[in-house]
Amino acid sequence: MEPFVHLDAVALPVARPNCDTDQILPARYLQKPRSDNFGDYLFRDLRYGADGSENSTFLLNSPAYQPAKIVVAKENFACGSSREHAVWALYDYGVRAVIAPSVGDIFASNASKNGLLIVLLPADVIDEMIAKIEASPGLHVIVDLDAQTVSTPDGVSHGFIMDSYQKRCLKEGLDELGYTLTQLDRIEAFERGYAY
Amino acid sequence: MIYRSLRGWQNCLSSSYKRRKQRADTDGDTAVNQTPPAPRTLFDKIWNQHHVLEREDGQSLLYVDSHFLQDGSAPAFEMLRQRGLKAHAPQRGFGTPDHYVPTNSRDLASIADPEKRAMANALRDDTKSLGITFFGLDDVRQGIVHVVAPEQGLSRPGMLIVCGDSHTSTHGAVGALAFGIGATEVAHVLATQTLWQRKPQAMRITLEGKLPAGVGAKDVILAIIAKIGAGGATGHVIEYAGPVIRNLSMEGRFTICNMSIEAGGRAGMIAPDDTTFNYLAGKPFAPEGARWDKEVARWRGLASDAGAAYDKAITLDVSALQPMVTWGNSPEDALSIDSRVPDPANTPNADRRAAMQRTLDYMGLTPGMALNSLKIDRAFIGSCTNGRIEDLQAAAAVVKGRKVAQSVEAWVVPGSGLVKQEAEALGLDSIFKDAGFQWREAGCSMCLGTNGDTVAPGQRSASTTNRNFVGRQGPGSRTHLMSPAMVAAAALSGCLTDVRPMLAEDL
Repeated sequence: MEPFVHLDAVALPVARPNCDTDQILPARYLQKPRSDNFGDYLFRDLRYGADGSENSTFLLNSPAYQPAKIVVAKENFACGSSREHAVWALYDYGVRAVIAPSVGDIFASNASKNGLLIVLLPADVIDEMIAKIEASPGLHVIVDLDAQTVSTPDGVSHGFIMDSYQKRCLKEGLDELGYTLTQLDRIEAFERGYAY
Repeated sequence: MIYRSLRGWQNCLSSSYKRRKQRADTDGDTAVNQTPPAPRTLFDKIWNQHHVLEREDGQSLLYVDSHFLQDGSAPAFEMLRQRGLKAHAPQRGFGTPDHYVPTNSRDLASIADPEKRAMANALRDDTKSLGITFFGLDDVRQGIVHVVAPEQGLSRPGMLIVCGDSHTSTHGAVGALAFGIGATEVAHVLATQTLWQRKPQAMRITLEGKLPAGVGAKDVILAIIAKIGAGGATGHVIEYAGPVIRNLSMEGRFTICNMSIEAGGRAGMIAPDDTTFNYLAGKPFAPEGARWDKEVARWRGLASDAGAAYDKAITLDVSALQPMVTWGNSPEDALSIDSRVPDPANTPNADRRAAMQRTLDYMGLTPGMALNSLKIDRAFIGSCTNGRIEDLQAAAAVVKGRKVAQSVEAWVVPGSGLVKQEAEALGLDSIFKDAGFQWREAGCSMCLGTNGDTVAPGQRSASTTNRNFVGRQGPGSRTHLMSPAMVAAAALSGCLTDVRPMLAEDL
């Protein structure tokens, strides 16, 4: 995982609620090794037909949206399965931030382990942002992690809260397991006092 | 304007403040008035008991009692290998292959696709090298991990259980805190037997009334999801309570907790009672003798205290509930069988309208169509939602003496080898086979099709599974979720139909 940097990038709108993890990464790619570029499988069945032809109506196939590094989605994005591959698909494609009113809990947890920033904004703010993007495909959205703001080129800006620990992890890259292993003595002390 | 960057943090900011304040108030009170401790929920009690330490961001390191593994876990084992780490507490792990196993053979070598075969083989090899208990395909106890673990008594009240699968919420039915995790977290649990978590909020769903004949647990959970929405419990642990739950069998409780994730819930749980203890007594991994008595006494204390506070609470009366089916591509798209396909024109929000139209196009439906006449091509009875003995009995009661419609390919895939064995001892296999069902081997099978058992593009499937997502049962598949009895009725009549008249004929 790369450290998170200031994002000023094309945003892909996902204007459907409940866009589940099966849409982000269909189950038949779960058997692929992590060394694959999961970006190739991102939204696979929305991007391509069964015969491999491009679905011209899916936005990611439009040149304006192809460089997207941000996803702006409606509520309950990435609900469903625990597959971390959904995060890998977004990340490998180049997406570094998902902005939505809500996302699946397991997806949020997986995102935090892989350097994918999740920003939650109210539904009306997201609706407005999606409308702006759809009105000018290829529109940039700016995510400033230091200032904790999301803004559009028209100057509209929304702040978001995140704790300093998570922020540091995103900026510096996080090795959570490495940290926990330094706490093994406390885990073992817990185990000694644990009867079950 | 300031907004939160993660729902979890949103919960943390509000509830940890509340908790700190409560603690401060309580401490103060205790010193002066000797006030008894605040009432706690089942969830609070289990959380507190597993709390090892707290990190600067407020996340807790929780100790994991049981870690279940299936054949999708290969990436996690790989992460562990790359770091040269061993399993910290292999005796707390358990693995059985379910996602990639064939259901027409018990031979891994028969898996033609080398990648699928490698997934199933990896679990066998990785559990062996780490010293983790494993039930392979040559073991009658193999099956869907969420069916096998409770059946073996590996899931018990008061436990904290995780597994790299979202339907881990199933195990909450025994009074455990159980939830799905991603691959990085699976590796973390293997290496440390712990997991970092921010405490979710608590939600209580109270089920009042009496279930009408022909209506069961699957109908209840579909009705709940339809009511609160696919994101209605996001950030929450759901506790199901009330007389309907108390009167429900363990199989029914598993079905309800299983689909908590379909409402966005982090977990679903039910306070353990005599039904739970009777179910667990004598299971291979359950405690015995004096230890059993001691554990039961402890488990009885797990139920939420009177007056315990929940962040959200809803009540649903089930007395007028009818058999439910889904029409769309989210489990929240559930309606009673006598309903008609909804009309997008009646939806005020433009994005919602467009999404609904896309759903109808995908599902091959038009507004106003009666759900109870939709012709089906496939019928599937099985999965971690409805692959237990009671599910097969409910379906068999409908099927007995009848024939599957000629146009329908109907399958029964028992949730485990032991469920299959028990069903065969009861003669259920003959009932299904005589009717024209395929009677197959245990596994996840056509719930998500990772093993190659799929519904063909454009085919309509009546299924006892948990997700009707676009492409879930195979690219282009059209899934309608419903109870085992309702799938049986659909298989026989060739279309979605109300099972209740068929039950009445039996009487």
